Amino acid sequence: MSKLALRLIILTVTVIVLLVLIDAIFIVSETNQVIITQFGQPIGGPITSPGLHLKVPFIQKVHYFEKRWLEWDGDPNQIPTRDKKYIWVDTYARWRIADPLIFFQRVRDERGAQSRLDDIIDGETRNTIAKFDLIEVVRSSNREFEITEETLKSEVTEGMSEIKVGRNRIAEIILESASKITPQFGVELKDVRIKRINYVDEVQRKVFDRMIAERKRIAAKYRSEGEGRSAEIRGEKEKELKRIKSEAYRRAQEIKGKAEAEATRIYSQAYNLDPNFYQLLKTLETYRASFDSETWLILSLDNEFLRFLRSFEKR
Amino acid sequence: MNRTFGRNFFGLPAIRPRLIRTVIVTIVILILLITSAYQISPEEIGVILRFGKFVRTAEPGLHLKFPLGIEKLIRVPVQRQLKLEFGFRTVKPGIRSEYRVTPETMKESIMLTGDLNVVVVEWIVQYKIKDPYQYLFKVRNVIDTFRYLNEAVIRRVVGDSSVDEVLTIGRTRIAAEAKEELQKLCDLYEMGLDINQLILQDVNPPDPVKPSFNEVNEALQEKERKINEAWAEYNQEIPRAMGEAEQIIREAEGYATQRLNQALGDAALFTSLYKEYARSPLVTRQRLYLETLNEILPKLKKKVIVDEKVKNILPLLNLGEEVKK
Repeated sequence: MSKLALRLIILTVTVIVLLVLIDAIFIVSETNQVIITQFGQPIGGPITSPGLHLKVPFIQKVHYFEKRWLEWDGDPNQIPTRDKKYIWVDTYARWRIADPLIFFQRVRDERGAQSRLDDIIDGETRNTIAKFDLIEVVRSSNREFEITEETLKSEVTEGMSEIKVGRNRIAEIILESASKITPQFGVELKDVRIKRINYVDEVQRKVFDRMIAERKRIAAKYRSEGEGRSAEIRGEKEKELKRIKSEAYRRAQEIKGKAEAEATRIYSQAYNLDPNFYQLLKTLETYRASFDSETWLILSLDNEFLRFLRSFEKR
Repeated sequence: MNRTFGRNFFGLPAIRPRLIRTVIVTIVILILLITSAYQISPEEIGVILRFGKFVRTAEPGLHLKFPLGIEKLIRVPVQRQLKLEFGFRTVKPGIRSEYRVTPETMKESIMLTGDLNVVVVEWIVQYKIKDPYQYLFKVRNVIDTFRYLNEAVIRRVVGDSSVDEVLTIGRTRIAAEAKEELQKLCDLYEMGLDINQLILQDVNPPDPVKPSFNEVNEALQEKERKINEAWAEYNQEIPRAMGEAEQIIREAEGYATQRLNQALGDAALFTSLYKEYARSPLVTRQRLYLETLNEILPKLKKKVIVDEKVKNILPLLNLGEEVKK
């Protein structure tokens, strides 16, 4: 019987030792960091190196915290800009638990931290956005727009004021002021960025109206450009037609003139041999041409032709 | 005593302790083998944690690790091309993929341009996990973070472009600029992602404004059409006029040739006649004169011969009657 009792005792002791060991050992993973409390009091610094670790069993408690970068996504806020334009601004941030001890003491867990971050970042976002004109929040540089065919140049430059700060810098300002507060609860804020900006509905409607008006203007510009250009082409065509026709007329007249001159020269060269003979020939030719069967000829007796008719008288 | 101890009440032979031990040992070895051997497929890489601590990575192939949860394996598909969609979701991928746009995705895609207009930009991003360690241990919810980053970056770039740039010529630049910035931020956040491509899909004006954008397109077409019509007219009439001009010139040239030949002919005729005439002028003169009369006189309707002393004969001839005929 004493043998059995001995065995029982050994078994019990083994179980107890095992239980103690299991409670003394804890695992810290790559994604975790840990602080240890004893009766609620933090003991030692945070443990961040992954692997197996030991603690005093039963009386010490392990609290796990995330070691990785965490996301924070704010709710969209309706904020007026300095130039009184109402916009929705949606920001996001990256943060991590930089000091788990303070984090544990001040906000207890992630949910607590998220709600503190909501307050801080939303607040800073409001404050910062309200200090700037809308254009400063939208644009991040003074980069010149490429001129497309549709751009009405004057309109782009008009009303586009130079930005002095810009979107990136505004996000940095929010980050700077927010990250001054977050170490108070053991949080390091790495980055705040403006995720979405949108007009509130009433403003959006007005913007749409403006866009429509702008497009209508561009369309009207195209139409009148089309008309103007086609009128120009027609004018060009008329001009070209007149030029072609008049040039042809001039050339023709020149050619004819030259020919007439040449002909005249040839005629006079020939006829100058004997102008009288030419006169005779031409006159006779004209007689032939102008007398026909309708012609009445009244001849006087003293006509040369009828000389023989009265020869006896005159002879 | 010993023999009765080895048998039970039914008299069956006792199971030998050696056999039991062999079975147990075999089972234990099997379990150890199963929990320590693992295979990594070609598209993956294995990350091994020993008591939560990163110790090594494993390339594709068959490997061993410490069993019984001492070492844990996480598979990361590093070779797989992953994709995120913004502004729409693919419902059914395939040759004719189906897409869906919801109010939620609309919020992703509606944004402000640098000239304070509104556009709807849909885009996709294709990426791979390039650093499993960073991907697993540096950032929680990498994909959510990546979505936020995408939206912020695209809006930043679009916010620095005009609406016309976004809709037309600026698309490639915007995609390239956004991709670069996105990669930079991914590296800054140690997300372990490698962005392969950022592609702008549909970029549209918001629905209420769309008709007026179409109107601009129509006006542009109309402009082109008018100009083309004018050119068509031009091209139709100018060559014809040039042809006609050529015709006028040719005709003039023809006339010139004709006139010249006429003159030359007339001159030649005259010269020949004159040569003969010059030999005996008087006779030739008379001959020509008489020949002409001979030709003309028979043709005439009436020949009246009056004495030179008779004047004012005309009233008698009743010319009026002839004219009346």
